[in-house]
Amino acid sequence: MIRGKVWKYGDDVNTDVIFPGRYTYTITDPGEIASHALEDLDPTFAKNVRPGDIVVAGKNFGCGSSREQAALCLKYAGVAAVVAASFARIFFRNAINGGLPTVTAPEAIARINAGDEISIDFEAGELTAADGSSYEFARLPAEVVGILEAGGLVPWVKKELGAK
Amino acid sequence: MKSGNAQTFAEKIFSRKTGRPVAAGEIVVLEPDRLLSHDNAAAIAKTFAEFGLKRIVDPAKAVIVLDHCVPAASEKYAKNHLEIREFVEENDIENFFDVGEGVCHQVFAEQGFALPGELILGADSHTTSYGAFGAFAAGIGRTEMAALYATGKLWLMCPASLRIEVAGQFGADVYPKDLILYIIGDQGADGALYKSVEFAGPTVAAASLSGRMTLCNMAAEIGAKNAYAAPDEKTRAFLDGRARREYDEVFPDDGAAYERTLSYDVAGLEPQVAAPHRVDNVVHVTELVGTRVDQVVVGTCTNGRVDDLVVGANILRNRQVAPGVRVLVFPASRAVYLEALGIGALATLAEAGCVIMNPGCGPCLGAHEGILAAGEVCLSTANRNFRGRMGSTEAEIYLCSPATAAASALCGRITDPRTVRA
Ligand code: SF4
Repeated sequence: MIRGKVWKYGDDVNTDVIFPGRYTYTITDPGEIASHALEDLDPTFAKNVRPGDIVVAGKNFGCGSSREQAALCLKYAGVAAVVAASFARIFFRNAINGGLPTVTAPEAIARINAGDEISIDFEAGELTAADGSSYEFARLPAEVVGILEAGGLVPWVKKELGAK
Repeated sequence: MKSGNAQTFAEKIFSRKTGRPVAAGEIVVLEPDRLLSHDNAAAIAKTFAEFGLKRIVDPAKAVIVLDHCVPAASEKYAKNHLEIREFVEENDIENFFDVGEGVCHQVFAEQGFALPGELILGADSHTTSYGAFGAFAAGIGRTEMAALYATGKLWLMCPASLRIEVAGQFGADVYPKDLILYIIGDQGADGALYKSVEFAGPTVAAASLSGRMTLCNMAAEIGAKNAYAAPDEKTRAFLDGRARREYDEVFPDDGAAYERTLSYDVAGLEPQVAAPHRVDNVVHVTELVGTRVDQVVVGTCTNGRVDDLVVGANILRNRQVAPGVRVLVFPASRAVYLEALGIGALATLAEAGCVIMNPGCGPCLGAHEGILAAGEVCLSTANRNFRGRMGSTEAEIYLCSPATAAASALCGRITDPRTVRA
């Protein structure tokens, strides 16, 4: 169960505005990656985001390039989860593989505003908006939860290999 | 199979791989049959090194093709290639194709790796292309490829399916490229988000494998996870003597559950063009006729095959490209280059004033060999026209078929190929 403050954005937020291409080959430090999160969409975000905050957006979040930093910059910035009406395929994968939980809850989006406090119960598959309304979402299967709990695909693979 | 258990192509592949019925929406862990990577193999190797393993788990599954910036355009790219060659050597990767063999997707198919019924994952978004041979083929990220090199398995969601039925005969100078551009314009960039797209119907059956590759390649531009065309006599003939192993054709069941079924008729379809800066910004060529063009690119994994070059050669035969237009031709592979050379298509194009370039991706992703300056306009047979993709963010990229590209090369302006017939 998490509870966090909402940063709200629209439909079709693409990976170029989440993490600009001009940094993809030059920056590798997590702190520095985090400092450019959502730079071309909302320049106030990286400065003001607090650990545990939640990003909420419309449909097709993370469309465009396959760059993994788009998910990692949010994770490194302390974002606890991304809630969207739908996710672009590769972003969805990169988020899970980077240890960033995603929630697909199309009905909830219109009821959530920037600055709201919302809570997400991953085990129950339930999101509760600031107005008290609640929404069920499909829970992630055990395989994927394992990757999220390990902190992402790289630590998960390390764990798997170590366990052998 | 009982009719109540009718499965889509994707469900069948996932079920076969897991040994139990899997329905759309389920996430399962699968072991793919082949793993493709290209110039990004150096980055993948770096992540792989973090796992502390001596070697990748199954080198026979790995296929690596250098294509994105070949030959190396700078010291940085040269070092990247060098690191990949070292990785290939350390891991005894036999299926390695060095500079000059061609674009990964074309080489992968020609070399008989794209087989019906196989599960293929590639660290490239246009891995969808192998659906043209009846494979389940999807793009993944670099970290995922590193994880596959380490463990041989990866989680995948069984996608819901979209069926696209196509009927009718193409008019003169209209091609599968025009069809897929039209579909992309119609459905939008997220029209098949996370879906398995099954192309079917008489027009797809009548299409060549090259045309089916164009369709499956660009299914990625509507967000598809994979694409599919049913294997048939043409597929078998292509794979005869080429397939790397025996294969099992997989077909969707009648009565399978599709999220949507779309129908298109290509009779009367006009040549299509995707205008800057979105692939789904598609219009009839007639709406853009007269737009000035500085550079024309014929090639890439979408349209760099022999039939594509022949279409261009037929239009440009005994003619000259317009003054001030640079026309760059990139055969998609060495095999394509040699065949086009043998039948005289390359000579015809060169005589018309085209520059015959080396097999590879060329300027498609903006690394080298035809970068655009601010204010320049490029017409390309590639699959993406995003702002800045081929150089300056102030340049414009239009996407079209090889016929429209050749006709426009002739006039120096976007031209309807039906008006300059060979
Ligand atoms: S030709 Fe273009 S789209 Fe195809 S693999 Fe190369 S860079 Fe990617």
